[in-house]
Amino acid sequence: MLDLLFRALIGGLGVAAVAGPLGAFVVWRRMAYFGDTLAHSALLGVALGFLFDINLNLAIIVLCVGLALVLVTLQKKHIIATDTLLGILAHSSLSLGLVAVSFLDNIRIDLMAYLFGDLLAISQTDVYWIYGGGLAVIALLIAFWKPLLAMTVNEELAKVEGYPVEAIRLLLMLLVALVIAVAMKIVGVLLITSLMIIPAATARKLSNTPVQMASIASMLGCLSVCGGLWASYQWDTPTGPSVVVCAAFLFLFAYTLPFKRLS
Amino acid sequence: MSKQLVAFDKIGITFNDRVLLNNIDMAINEGEIVTLIGPNGSGKSTLIRTLLGLQEATSGQLFRHKTLRIGYMPQKLHIDPTLPLTVKHFLALVRGVDKAQILPTLEKVGIAHLLNSQVHVLSGGETQRVLLARALLNKPNLLVLDEPVQGVDVNGQVELYNLIESIRNELGCGVLMVSHDLHLVMAKTDTVVCINQHVCCSGSPQHVTKHPEYQALFGVPGADESIAIYAHQHDHVHDEHGDVLSANDKASNNTAPSSHANCHHA
Repeated sequence: MLDLLFRALIGGLGVAAVAGPLGAFVVWRRMAYFGDTLAHSALLGVALGFLFDINLNLAIIVLCVGLALVLVTLQKKHIIATDTLLGILAHSSLSLGLVAVSFLDNIRIDLMAYLFGDLLAISQTDVYWIYGGGLAVIALLIAFWKPLLAMTVNEELAKVEGYPVEAIRLLLMLLVALVIAVAMKIVGVLLITSLMIIPAATARKLSNTPVQMASIASMLGCLSVCGGLWASYQWDTPTGPSVVVCAAFLFLFAYTLPFKRLS
Repeated sequence: MSKQLVAFDKIGITFNDRVLLNNIDMAINEGEIVTLIGPNGSGKSTLIRTLLGLQEATSGQLFRHKTLRIGYMPQKLHIDPTLPLTVKHFLALVRGVDKAQILPTLEKVGIAHLLNSQVHVLSGGETQRVLLARALLNKPNLLVLDEPVQGVDVNGQVELYNLIESIRNELGCGVLMVSHDLHLVMAKTDTVVCINQHVCCSGSPQHVTKHPEYQALFGVPGADESIAIYAHQHDHVHDEHGDVLSANDKASNNTAPSSHANCHHA
């Protein structure tokens, strides 16, 4: 039992640590709904992964990136308002995923685990995936921190100064897709966005610089995972939602108690 | 003759069958201040965006000198309030910036005391100066300023124009400015280009203000009190750095709304 909890903790911490900094970008660029859309489509990735018998994480990443590209293309055509477009894609891909899963007669899929996460079902391979993917995300974030931030602050200025803005935007989407793929096991497709944006939003109250906000978001995410796991162990509550509830409590604390920003 | 940095050759832009720009000829030389004027919707911003490479011309050609390096100052700066960012960090985002140059550049534009201020609490004039500093940090030989005095009161506008002129004198760079207000900007301009989809007229400020097409758009100078007659003021001595630096600059870290210690009355 303790072994299981330990693995869950290690996995959860890994996910929270990368979801924090990326969540900061999601908050800054107002991409919360975009993240949601990608996350919802991840279920379709799972179904397709089973269908074609390929690695699930890989299927999710490919599908998320594909969807992100479709989204950007449609956005440029200005057919319909972006939030409407996101709503259409999010829910139709989620529904498509659910329908596709129902066709998989010969495989039993624990749907609840994919929707809301099941931290305790995490395997050793999952932990490897989390840490492999997580390290890749962190490394890319550090390597491209300045261009990513410059683009976030002002795309036109960044472009005039010679940053390859289109490529950087694509990189950010790829990173979001990666995080979704590795975080799905922990909190499920419906709650992934919350693990990115709640710690980041809480961190905003406590920080003065982008780096501070990203690292505090990481720490708060890890704290939420610890709290959620403990609550789950104590009261036998579902782990994914417990982690999110914990993050939400931290958010409430930060914004109601008179904390001072770091300087 | 000084180096020609940019030349527009019959540039035209058509978007969805709407002509935004038509047959634009224009050039900017090193050391020259060119001001672009024109009514709303006349294509000033489109022209600038074309020069910056943010928009493609549909006809004509744009020549850029091979040494051209643009410092761009956008009309305004919107930074999402969820992004904590100090002036120092904002300026450090310039591609390939020499971080040691940040403070001297801020001194040059007269806001060294704002180094550690959050960008969200700056006044209109302070924001413009931060943007100007960012443009300068790109080590430009052409400054492109899109309505550089927007949201700045008249005194501040005069100060900013003086500052821009002194920067031109110091760096010898070309300057392309977009402006609405005619009388203040003309005093500092070598060449005025008045556009309304096409180039209505261009030349020295004196020449342009006498031009019938200019007068049709902006009225006859002197006929209206709001358009004062322009004049060079060569006897004018002005401290372009502004000397109202407050003593308690150290408090500028504090972003609480009650703190006005770093308020710079530009």
